[in-house]
Parts: sequence; structure tokens; C-alpha cells
Amino acid sequence: MAVDVRDAGSAPSTPIWLDARYRAIFFQIALLVAVLAFGAYIFHNTYDNLQRRGIASGFAFLGSTAGFDIIMHLIPYQASSSFGQALLVGLLNTMVVAIVGVIGATLLGFTVGVARLSRNWIVARIAAVYIEVIRNIPLLLQIIFWYQLLGKSTPGPRNSISLAGLFFLSNRGLYMPAPVTEDGFWLTVAAFIAAVVGSVVLARWSKKRQEATGQQFPVVLTSLGLILGLPLLGLLVMGVPFHWNYAVLQGFNFEGGMVLIPEFISLTFALVLYTGAFIGENVRAGIMAVSHGQTEAAYAVGLRPGPTLRLVVIPQAMRVIIPPLTSQYLNLTKNSSLATAIAYPDLVAVFAGTVLNQTGQAVECIAITMAVYLTTSLSTSTFMNWFNRKMALTER
Amino acid sequence: MRMIGSVATAGAAFLFMTATGAEAQQTLDIVKKRGQLVCGVSQGNPGLSNPDTQGNWSGFDVDLCRAVAAAIFGDAGRVKFVPTTAKERFTALQSGEIDVLSRNTTWTMSRDTQLGFDYVAVNFYDGQGFMVPKKSGIKSARELKGATVCTATGTTTEMNLADYFRANKMEYKIVAFEKTDEVNAAYDSGRCDAYTTDRSSLATQRTKLKVPNDHVILPDVISKEPLGPSVRHGDNNWGDIVRWAYFVMVNAEELGVTQANVDQMKSSANPEIKRMLGGEGDFGKMLGLDNAWAYNIIKLVGNYEESYERNLGPKTPIGLERGVNNLWTKGGLQYAPPIR
Repeated sequence: MAVDVRDAGSAPSTPIWLDARYRAIFFQIALLVAVLAFGAYIFHNTYDNLQRRGIASGFAFLGSTAGFDIIMHLIPYQASSSFGQALLVGLLNTMVVAIVGVIGATLLGFTVGVARLSRNWIVARIAAVYIEVIRNIPLLLQIIFWYQLLGKSTPGPRNSISLAGLFFLSNRGLYMPAPVTEDGFWLTVAAFIAAVVGSVVLARWSKKRQEATGQQFPVVLTSLGLILGLPLLGLLVMGVPFHWNYAVLQGFNFEGGMVLIPEFISLTFALVLYTGAFIGENVRAGIMAVSHGQTEAAYAVGLRPGPTLRLVVIPQAMRVIIPPLTSQYLNLTKNSSLATAIAYPDLVAVFAGTVLNQTGQAVECIAITMAVYLTTSLSTSTFMNWFNRKMALTER
Repeated sequence: MRMIGSVATAGAAFLFMTATGAEAQQTLDIVKKRGQLVCGVSQGNPGLSNPDTQGNWSGFDVDLCRAVAAAIFGDAGRVKFVPTTAKERFTALQSGEIDVLSRNTTWTMSRDTQLGFDYVAVNFYDGQGFMVPKKSGIKSARELKGATVCTATGTTTEMNLADYFRANKMEYKIVAFEKTDEVNAAYDSGRCDAYTTDRSSLATQRTKLKVPNDHVILPDVISKEPLGPSVRHGDNNWGDIVRWAYFVMVNAEELGVTQANVDQMKSSANPEIKRMLGGEGDFGKMLGLDNAWAYNIIKLVGNYEESYERNLGPKTPIGLERGVNNLWTKGGLQYAPPIR
């Protein structure tokens, strides 16, 4: 009788295509290859078609002469500069709106958020009405509204509204004296840096001392004194080494001084107002997320209302506020591209607008613009995530 | 939202390019199959291309589109007009969103060679000028030192402006808007001291200002702006159709054939008229069209003079004299090769 003997030593082996682990890896690789192949296909096909239709492609145009002027440039720029420099001008114009906007919106948002929780009925109502109205009107309309309002309500340069003969508001913008530094101004700058470093050192020292002995030190006031006092001293020692360049009406317009163009003013104002409303709600949510028991506990150990807010409520509220705050910052930066509607020369208007049109290289220009926004947004987000981790609850 | 517009256009361009790269040769077939010509025009430039309250387009540039439609279909109404901004117009043509761009667009070398399309004719010889408020008392562009100038972005205007002020060593500030209506509003509100663009457009845009008569166009002409229709590079037959549609209008004016008399002219003994109107030869067939192509253009749209006088001429609110756009026989530059 023949018995079918099997090798009992080896486990029943599964073929590799039935092994769940290998199968998972296989599908992931397959997906990756498919995605890459699709990307390569799109890229190749676009390039091929651009070639075939005789449409110029590539990034060589960034080095050619731009040939157009831009009303607001933070770096030296003229018509003979290159398209690449125009890109930089546009980027800086976007950045300056974003930075001023973020600072303004944060200040406004925190004020409004706290005001909405105020026990003062009228203050709380005003904050609520502001938030509800601003939040529910499209931003583009608001930007155009403020631009039109500013344009229609300000006089021409010859009849400009003057403040002490130094500031002039007209439909050409807000002109103001510009400081011009002379030799010896370096001491002021050095003094300022020293004061900032000193304040940081002082704050660390004071914190350590308080933890060790319980004694407090007026850090804020001292730092303020340092930061204002030292540079002032530096100025006086060198005999005030700067003068003001005043704006003077000449021909059509003011010459000299500094100017905030109406497009910048209305865009920044609208962005601050709009984003401030959202931040206000984030702040209110953050504060309300801190249970009232925390406040009561703080009072119970004898903290006064000021320190209670500063040391107990806000640090806990911040953990709730920061993540949505980050998205508001990102929104503000991206929303600044609406500048095109009112001729503010931001990245989109200058690069995805004029440059795109002068070169006709739509694919490259839009790709660069998108890449720049992506980079700025990711940088902001990285910074805010770092800040968030720093503020997060450290469990001891 | 403008950003979204351009991204969408670029995206459309992208997708289109990936999809239909090889069919560059067959615009006529595509148009015939569609039963409609798609023509890129401005967003509203009275006299050149402007929609009325019912959405019917009219204007000098619009007439060219209608002439092409008349030549192909024998029906000047089979045109879909796509309003484009100065910025979007080229992408729209490149991507195949439109068949012809007839939007007072300047023929320049870089556009002709780099953008993947061909200019087929110059239907309007223009030059860039300035408009200022009368009360400013400015008489010449040379007095614009330090002025703030408004214009539309994405145009040759921005470049000419920079060149002009650079050449004359004058300072200026530019405020560049995306839409002509925005430029008008800004100029009207006093944001700028001067408005610059092609002189024909200055004349047409002036009619849109609050008080047109308060503004004056300066005599200076700072550039050459040969305006004309363009088509995608590579489809030569299609380029021929658009080019000859325009030539028919000029030839018709020269031969005295008008919308009103074209039917009588059919029996004219003049061989040139005979050839044009299909009485002799197969000129329509040469373009892949019907031999009544030119008759249809003149019957349904009119000759160059009729189109000009109807849309831009002294009897219209625009009030532009023919000037250099007169026929060559009358001292102008408009000249068409013979149909033979």
C-alpha cells in the first residue's frame, strides 16, 4: 500500500503573489510608477506640443529685459531690468502686504476676540456686528469697495489733505517724510541690536531668578527702556546722523519722501479687516475653550485678574488658537493675490500678468507663481507648527 | 478671482495641448463641423468690439469675424464671440479656445515668432497716444514729466510707455489695471494724470467716460501699432481664409462694390469684380470654400469703408477720420492684393 508521504518539515508555503505583505508593497510601487508615468506623460506631451506649435518654452526669458515699469518696488528696478527682477519685485510686494497684513490682522483679531467676550454690552455688540458683517461679504468686493472709497473720497494732489505739512493724503497715496541716514548711523543700529540682545538675556535671567527665589523683575519696562534708550543715545553721540527727505508738491505730484500708494493702503486695509474678523472668532473660541474653573482656581491661589489672564488663561487658549490662526495667515497671503483687481503690483499682477503676457509663456509663468505661493505657504506653516509645538502642553 | 481666471486658462491650454496637438491643420474642418466660428474679441470697446444690451456684438473687429463666418457659412450670424482681457487673449488663441483673435492686437516681432501664432493682416494702422483732462491744460506728451499714467496691463502699451519716457529722460508712474473698465474708472476718479493706449481705443474709451468732452487726446503718437487679426501658427489654409476675408473687404471698397449694390454688381462686366463675386474662376474653392464666399462677405457685412464708417467713422460717437487707414488710392495705407 503506497502512502503518499509529504515532507512534514516545511510549512505549507504560500506563493509570493498570494502573500499579503508582498502584495501591499507591489501595489504601492505600482501606484507610484503610475503616478510618475502620468506626470512624465503630461510634461512630455505639453513640452512636445509647445515645440510643435512654435511656442517658446523654457526659463531663459527670466534673464531678458523686462521693458516695463512697476509703480512700487522695494528693490532697485527699472524698465531695463530683467523679467527675473520683475518677479522679485512682485514677490516682495506680495510679501510686504502679507507681513503688514498678518501683523495688523493679529492685533485686530485679538482685540476683537477679547472685545466680543467683554462684559460691556455695547463693546461686545460692536465686535459681534463687525465680525458678522465683514466675515460674510466676499473679500474681492471689500477690496474694490475700499479702493473706490479711498479714490473717491481723497482730493487730487494739489488739494491734498495735509497733516502738519509733513504728511499728505491725496488720491495718489499717502506721502510722508523719508529718513535718510548719514555716516555714523551704524552706532544707532548697533545700539538697537545690543538692546534687543540685552532684553533677551535679561528676560532669561529674570525667569531663572523668579523660579529660584520667587522675586519678580519688571522685564517689560526695562526692555522697552533699553530698546528705545540705547539707539537714542547712539543717535545723540554721533550728532543725529540722519535727515528727513520731505515730500514736496512739484508739477503733477509730490516728489521725494516715501509714499504708500492707494492700492497698497486699500488692499492691506481690506485684508486686515477681513482676516481680523476670522482671527477674532478663533481667539474667542480659544478663550472659551479654557474652562472657567481655571480662572476660579487662579483666583483661589491669590492671582489678580491681570496675571490670571496672562499666566493661566491665554497660555491654554493659545493651544486652541494657533492651528486655525496658521490657516488664517496662509489665507491672508494667498488672498493678497486679489490685488490684481485694483492694480496693486503684486506677484500675480506683475508676473502672472504683465510678464506672462509680454513673454507669452503661460505654462512657465503660472508654474513659477504657484511654486512661489506654495513655498511661502509651506514656510509660514512650518514656522507656525514650530511655534505651536513650543506652546503645546508640556507634561511634566 | 483673476488669478483663478488665468490659472483656468493656463490649465485649459495645458489640457488642450496634451489632447489635440496633432490637429493643427484642420481649423476649417473643426469650424465647419461645429457650425460656428469662435472669435476672440475685447470685453467691450465701443466701435471695435462691443456687446449691446441684448448681447449682440458689433464693431470694426467684430465685422472681421462676421466676414469670416459669412465666407464659410454664408451666414454672418454664425459666430460665437468670446470676450478676452488683454492678458488672456493669447492663451485663448494658443489653446484653441478661439479660432481667430480679432481684438485690436498689435503685430510685433516677438508675438509673431514666440507665441505660436501668425498675424494675417493689418486691418487698422494705429499708434499709441495719451488722453488728459482738458482742465489740466496739457498740450503735448512732452509736458507729462512726473505724471501718473493709467493703462491696461498685458499690452504693448506698457512697453512703449517705458520706452518713451526713458528716451525723453522723464520720470513717470504707471498704474496698470487688468480691465479697460477699471482703467476708465481709475482715470475718471483722478488716480492718474493721463490715460495711454492706442489712439483708436482712446477715442472709443473716451465715449465711456463720465463727461467725454472734458478729455482731450494729445497729438503725439509715440509708437506704431499695426492692429490686426491673428490665427494659430501652422494652419496656413485657415490663415489664408482670414487674410482674404479682410482683402475682399478692401478690394470691394476699391472696386466700388457695396452691401447695397453687390447684387447688381454680379452682372458687372469688370473682370476683377466678376472674379471676386464668383462669376469667373474658382477662387472660393481655392480656399476650400464656396465660390460665393466674397459675395457673402460683402452682402452680409459690407466693404471696408462701410464697416469703418458704421463703427468708427466721423458720423459715429467715436468720430475717427480715416487718416492713414484710407485706401492707398486716396493716400492711405489700406491696400489689398488682387483676386486673380
